[in-house]
Amino acid sequence: MRIDRRSFLRISALAGGGVALGLYETPKAVAQGRGGPQAPIDPHAFIRVAPDNTVTIVAKNPELGQGVRTMLPMLIAEELDVDWKQVKIEQADIDPSKYNGQSAGGSTATPTNWTPMRQVGAAGRALFVTAAAGTWSVPESELTTTSGRVLHKTSDRSLTYGQLAAKVATMPPPDVSKLKLKDPSEYKIIGHAQPGVDVKAITMGKAPFCIDTTLPGMKFAVYEKCGVFGGKVVSANLDEIKKMPGVRGAFVYERPQITEPIIPGEPGLESGIAIVADSWWLAQSARKKLQVKWDEGPHADQSSEQFAKNAAEMSKQEPQWTIRKDGDVDAAFKGAAKVVEGAYSYPFISHAPLEPQNCTAHFKDGKLEIWTNSQQPGGGRRLAAQIAEIDQNDVLVHQIRGGGGFGRRLYNDYMAEAAYIAKQMAGTPVKLVWTREDDMAHDYYRPGGFQYLKGAVDASGKVVGWQNHFVSYGADKKFVASGAMGPTEFPQRFIPNYALNASVQPLGIRTGALRAPSSNAFAFVIQQFIDELAHAAGKDPVQMRLELLSSGAEGPGMNASRMIGVVKAAAEMSNWGKRTLPKGTGMGIAFHFSHAGYFAHVAEVKVDAQSKIKLNKVWVAGDIGSQIINPSGAENISEGAVIDGLSEMMGQEITLEKGRVTQTNYHQHTMVRIAQAPTSIEIKFLKTEFSPTGLGEPALPPALPAVANAIFAATGKRVRELPLTKSGYSWA
Amino acid sequence: MMQAPTVVPFPFPSRPAERHGSSAQAFVVTLYYTRSFTAMPYKLTVNGRSTTVDVPADMPLLWVLRDTLNLHGTKFGCGIGQCGACTVHLNGVPARACLTPISVVGEKAVTTIEGLSANGTHPVQVAWQDLDVPQCGYCQAGQIMSAAALLAKTPKPTDQQIDTAMNGNLCRCGTYLRIRKAIHKAAELGSTGHSKRPTGAAGAAGGGNNNE
Repeated sequence: MRIDRRSFLRISALAGGGVALGLYETPKAVAQGRGGPQAPIDPHAFIRVAPDNTVTIVAKNPELGQGVRTMLPMLIAEELDVDWKQVKIEQADIDPSKYNGQSAGGSTATPTNWTPMRQVGAAGRALFVTAAAGTWSVPESELTTTSGRVLHKTSDRSLTYGQLAAKVATMPPPDVSKLKLKDPSEYKIIGHAQPGVDVKAITMGKAPFCIDTTLPGMKFAVYEKCGVFGGKVVSANLDEIKKMPGVRGAFVYERPQITEPIIPGEPGLESGIAIVADSWWLAQSARKKLQVKWDEGPHADQSSEQFAKNAAEMSKQEPQWTIRKDGDVDAAFKGAAKVVEGAYSYPFISHAPLEPQNCTAHFKDGKLEIWTNSQQPGGGRRLAAQIAEIDQNDVLVHQIRGGGGFGRRLYNDYMAEAAYIAKQMAGTPVKLVWTREDDMAHDYYRPGGFQYLKGAVDASGKVVGWQNHFVSYGADKKFVASGAMGPTEFPQRFIPNYALNASVQPLGIRTGALRAPSSNAFAFVIQQFIDELAHAAGKDPVQMRLELLSSGAEGPGMNASRMIGVVKAAAEMSNWGKRTLPKGTGMGIAFHFSHAGYFAHVAEVKVDAQSKIKLNKVWVAGDIGSQIINPSGAENISEGAVIDGLSEMMGQEITLEKGRVTQTNYHQHTMVRIAQAPTSIEIKFLKTEFSPTGLGEPALPPALPAVANAIFAATGKRVRELPLTKSGYSWA
Repeated sequence: MMQAPTVVPFPFPSRPAERHGSSAQAFVVTLYYTRSFTAMPYKLTVNGRSTTVDVPADMPLLWVLRDTLNLHGTKFGCGIGQCGACTVHLNGVPARACLTPISVVGEKAVTTIEGLSANGTHPVQVAWQDLDVPQCGYCQAGQIMSAAALLAKTPKPTDQQIDTAMNGNLCRCGTYLRIRKAIHKAAELGSTGHSKRPTGAAGAAGGGNNNE
């Protein structure tokens, strides 16, 4: 959502004399395509002030642990000038006619909402000031506000917003362009650590997650799909299943072989068998008696082993196409003092958020009501409407807290299943819950990949050539979802002779965005290869990075001076180069730019003779602009990003055999446990002049190469393959 | 009635894959699925209250709590005792509700997150609130139940003891550093009496009470 002069505020009265404010965009602005297709925004959309001066602020975006249900209302409350304690939070339903951008992904909540949400609050405050000025017949310039009250100090009078609410309801809205936003030095909420608004409820087991949705008369569903993606049901023993205890329905969804999504970016609905029962356990128990004959389709022979063989073969052949070419790499390699080569690879991995995919849906009288933890509920709403064959205006979507997302819940396949089952069970609400095994076998995996790198340094130790043969998945010079590398990937424009070539092989499973998509793998490769070149040049890894960052032309994306800032900060925090470390202990540095964020990490790692790794400490320096909105949330998310990266680095791998995912649950797709977590993660945010941007994603990618570079520093061994367990490493 | 498999052993072995494949556990799993689906009445004591549920013998306590008794604080994460999101106490001992068939609960007192304190004032809960531990929050009920059991036995745990006791509880968001700090804080609160809410920065800022 963007706001400018063509946006304006409307107000309307609420029952009981309250007032509601909403930020609108004019139809003209919408027609011009700015701020997305939705508008205008509902008058009740964001703020409600009751006569008793309680303030309800609507949180518009999905909450899955990013802290956005706390952070976005903080922006409104700050400029509205109310006490955070008097604020209640209410979660918005999905309504494109009221709210723009109701999604969670790409670390976008901060950059897209930083200004509009503060304007919502400031517009509210302006109305209360104007109302009080009219009541007292004094100039607005004599009035101040604090804690949800308007004050006239000269006459020692004050009125609460609640007392003014009825009057405000009759006033014309202020001109958004004339609103004065607070100077950051005045902030009482922004920049001050606020615990998550649901933290107490969470500690009491009373914060409802999506999986806790319970409706009168609700039944429970499971949905069995083919282990090979795109396979479909030929036959099944449904007559037997229907006779099992508590089973209320069992039916087959036959879909023609999936060749393309029915909505761009959405999955449609896989063929499968739904079982609906009185309890989830009875549904799942009946499912264990299912005997299904599957048509596994064309992907039943694919295997990770074959993918790796193919990639090795492709690396020896001419690349299928060139993505970017600057200068003359061949000449650079010929004239180089040293040439370094490195073959890197990383596997498919699963998102595996702790709350299994689930969705509750109720189809009644031609309308569908859905309770979801989707990261992209608007898309889910459109998809559910298609599946249920109704208009999307007849689909009401409630956003319920999600137990993690990490990108998995950008894909609404489980919403589609729930919508389909609910329609079959018309009149009865149904809660669909996947098992962990369902989730691991039917994810949108982070695509694996292979990168064959060649670099050249000249006699002065300067990097003069960089070539990457990127072997990914896809067809016809197109990459699978989240499997692409762009023409400006670092170190493009920082090295005079640069070539990025690509080849792809076909893939029959779904891929998609995992927290810091592409970056979560690319940083591991690129930041290690820079270290390889530094060692070839006989240079300190920090020094090499600073030189490289100082050598580039201006270009789109990364601002090199901001990256230099975080590299220097991380080096300083960790006392880089100034410490004497015991044998077997090493330090590594890495940086990465993604999602508008600048991060550099230093890791100190101890590696023993059995290749067991103990992470002593990680230092994180970040630059995400002028303001950290909620320091408590920001620190928590940054620590989590490091630990998430370590999980991906050490143990996570999805492999395919006969077209099926081999791993079934957390014991085979491991994540860091508490005993493996670093003792200390020190975080520093540099405050720069730039507008605030997001954090959840950019804080992750440097964690993997920082540790891998530290392993090299400790042992002299370079690990070019993920996960590290494949090279014999484990946690101490 | 078969002997209780009840609890996944604590602390968690460091190599869960092997543990998962152990013959003892395979035995239990096999038994679950071959038992009758016929519902039977089971008398339970949950959070100090007696109740009778009419469910199949193999139905895990997790699903009885969630779907029969509408106690949703105990969470389903993996179903095989790997994540700890379903941790409850049986007679004060932490147990994985997803691996505990209702038929083996017997007279053991079941305590869930909802029964840990009346108003969220158990020292572990207060420490969790003050340090703003959760991100998504899905694992935290299980974390808190494991932490409460640890502190009941070991009032002043070291980092090492914390790591050992908490290693069976996964946090997908990676809040482990705050969990360690919060357990130390809860230990302090526990030793000084926990009825008074501390007035730290987080407490003063509202303590996340906006949506109690």
